[in-house]
Amino acid sequence: MTMLRNIWKDKLAAISLSILAIVLTAGIFAPLFAPHDPNEVNMKLRYAASSWEYLLGNDHLGRCILSRLIYGIRPSVLWVLAALAGSVMLGTAVGFVAGFFRGKVDAALMRVCDVMLSFPGYVMTLAIVGIMGVGLENILAAFILTKWAWFARIIRTSVLQYAESEYVRFAKAAGAGSFHIIRRHIIPVTASDVAVVASSSFGSMILQISGFSFLGLGVQAPTAEWGMMLNEAREVMFSRPELMLAPGLTIIIVVSAINFLSDSLQAALDPKLRTSTSKAAEQTSAVSAKQLLGREVA
Amino acid sequence: MNILDVKNLKIWDGSTGRTIVPDSSFQLKQGTCLAIVGESGSGKSVTCRSIMRLNKGSICQSGDILFQGENLSLLSEQEMRRKRGKNLCMILQNGMRAFDPSCKLGVHLKETLDQHFSWSKQAFTDHMAKAMESVMLRSPVELMNKYPHQLSGGMLQRVMIALAIALEPDIIIADEPTTALDTISQFEVVEQFIRLREVMGCSMIFISHDLGVVRKIADDVLVMKDGEIVERGTTQAIFTEARHEYTRYLVSSKLALSQHFANVMGGIALADR
Amino acid sequence: MGRYIVRRLLISIPLLLVISFLTFILINLSPHDPAELVLQAQEVPVITEELLVQTREELGLDQPFLVQYIEWAVACLRLDFGESYVTGKPVWSILGPAFFNTLKLTLVSVAVIVLLSIALGVICALREGRLVDKSVRGISFFLTSMPSYWLAALMIWYFSVKLDLLPTSGMDSLASYVLPVIVIAISYAGIYFRFVRSAMISNLNEDYVLYGRACGLPEKKITKHILKNSLQVSVSVFCMAIPIILGSTVVVENVFAWPGLGSLSVKSILSRDFPMIQAYVLVLAVAFVLFNTLSDIINAVINPKLRNDL
Repeated sequence: MTMLRNIWKDKLAAISLSILAIVLTAGIFAPLFAPHDPNEVNMKLRYAASSWEYLLGNDHLGRCILSRLIYGIRPSVLWVLAALAGSVMLGTAVGFVAGFFRGKVDAALMRVCDVMLSFPGYVMTLAIVGIMGVGLENILAAFILTKWAWFARIIRTSVLQYAESEYVRFAKAAGAGSFHIIRRHIIPVTASDVAVVASSSFGSMILQISGFSFLGLGVQAPTAEWGMMLNEAREVMFSRPELMLAPGLTIIIVVSAINFLSDSLQAALDPKLRTSTSKAAEQTSAVSAKQLLGREVA
Repeated sequence: MNILDVKNLKIWDGSTGRTIVPDSSFQLKQGTCLAIVGESGSGKSVTCRSIMRLNKGSICQSGDILFQGENLSLLSEQEMRRKRGKNLCMILQNGMRAFDPSCKLGVHLKETLDQHFSWSKQAFTDHMAKAMESVMLRSPVELMNKYPHQLSGGMLQRVMIALAIALEPDIIIADEPTTALDTISQFEVVEQFIRLREVMGCSMIFISHDLGVVRKIADDVLVMKDGEIVERGTTQAIFTEARHEYTRYLVSSKLALSQHFANVMGGIALADR
Repeated sequence: MGRYIVRRLLISIPLLLVISFLTFILINLSPHDPAELVLQAQEVPVITEELLVQTREELGLDQPFLVQYIEWAVACLRLDFGESYVTGKPVWSILGPAFFNTLKLTLVSVAVIVLLSIALGVICALREGRLVDKSVRGISFFLTSMPSYWLAALMIWYFSVKLDLLPTSGMDSLASYVLPVIVIAISYAGIYFRFVRSAMISNLNEDYVLYGRACGLPEKKITKHILKNSLQVSVSVFCMAIPIILGSTVVVENVFAWPGLGSLSVKSILSRDFPMIQAYVLVLAVAFVLFNTLSDIINAVINPKLRNDL
């Protein structure tokens, strides 16, 4: 029975992982996968239903919906991933420096984080877009600017926790250099924390970027992007509600897959936490509370 | 006369199918103290919790547990609940975590006593204050108005003993009550347990891996290893003529430790001179 | 206790100062000249150098930076955020009502979210691993992965167009609240319910539960203790939900044409109405800090252990 459940669990994680792999590959090699040019207007095919040539039908300008979905992966997923990587790297660097060197450096960096975190993420993004102008690159920049402080905080906490652990103390006592200790002993163990936190905000970032595009603040027409496609579909929502389906479901599937992977990652790390002392449990609950605040919904 | 008679107790984990205690039978004589010793994970705590029928959801048990001739395994949950506290009282290892951290101590004490007695508020305070004073807790009323985190582990342990005194149970089950304490509090708590037996004359099951404490307090000893009882007998017998290899190992390692301790202390004493 | 509150409030003052300063310099980070934007917004046909200088003077942009900041900050304390570049009206006369509209929507939504997540969290925790638990978790999982504007559009299409039950947009009656509140609640309840659930479960495994049972306390009383402790952890999280949702109703407000901050902010961004954007950011950031302070204070009131910190 438990075996069965484990396999089933793994199976779901495996499905999520393969969905993501397919989406990422399709996005990178979009010209190879897309059957048509995403911006090719064909007024004869306006609102055409799905056919063999146009599997998901055509939109209000007769463009191939499937091709637009595939090209839409680039801004909706790939660029978000890049922004996430950027903020994780920035946050990790700051978190490590703060957690490892402590003292004044730590205090100063954490005050900066406090200030960054006192702006709600959404508002900060809107402010940056408002000042710098609308566009995908400004939203991505805003993401990096607003998210790094989260990662820095969480990574600092785990570095502090691990830096206190016996074997790191031992390595210090044995005379290993700081960078050696960070590279050999702390990066490997904190990597899992980073992965959990990063993956849990990935999904919400995808939702947010599509939300901004939906509002007309992100990607501009005619570039294909999921939120943008929904925005275009909204105008004909009452006459042709079916146009909302394909991009909406795509977002749900991709975000669910990401959230599921994030959860199974967390679950995989959980037993370790469960058997340890109550202090560790408290810390995890603190982390999850923070994560919760970080997980804003679009 | 046996107050508790456990027959063919089997405990296993229902979710993984792993057997924790294969088949264990033992008796607790009226007015005596039975110590269960063994390393961590040997099934001591699980055994005791199954007497109270308090193991976590996935852990199952079978066998007969006769308390004053009544089979506890056959009781309904409600009947069992009436026995808990009133007849069978438990004292946990970690006093710091045994009380709801968000309530004042008095709240838990009153809730428990209200469950089993219909005392007035005044009677409750009197009984509880007397019990707390008897375990050397000064100004009990003040303590009852404090939160658990404001007291030390040793004090909370004694609050649990005081609650046991007020409940006047037939059997006290103490699950490693001294393990989480520093040496001085440990000494105080053990003193209270010994007094508790003298004053109340109740029967006791005392789980520990500290043979020094066991020797002081217990009449009979069970040695458990990997869920099985490998040796049983009077405390005297276990410490002098243990038959099982594992018991001898436990006793000898204890002796070696105290020998070492004595040597170290002796060394200091010598240096002092 | 009083000392804790005073100290906690004092700590938030420097943070508020830094925030106001950052909000102020936001405008200076812009690649555009504010004076030019004002003239463009007022649809002045030919923008001459003279006009620009004159406008800068009117806006006080010719003064030293620090003087500008202090004057602005002092004015902000009186809710005087300047005038909109586009309409020329005082910012607060537009922002104020919008803020309260959003606040109403937020408070109703948070109330629904709190009730829903406590109810579901408690039910699922007490039936951990059973069918109820699994199905609620599964459903909430998909609902949180759903873009809220998509859900909103779906709801409008079904309840307002097909069934013609509820208004599609605006804020005319109580019925207008229904759809936006449902959409916000669905997007967030999943997250908060999981928090309540895991808090309950970690409390279920605490020693005090075992000891309570060993003392013969009935399950009802024990559940009450568990609930009390789990909610204590959750209160601060729920408190923070208010500013978070206040700041992220943008999308939902736009779909439902709710006359609140979200609609206003997008309009201001698209028309480059800087004083409006500035005031919007400042108001929400201040709300965020204040609610954070408030949640810490509430936490200290209900959790005696925390009072000794700080």
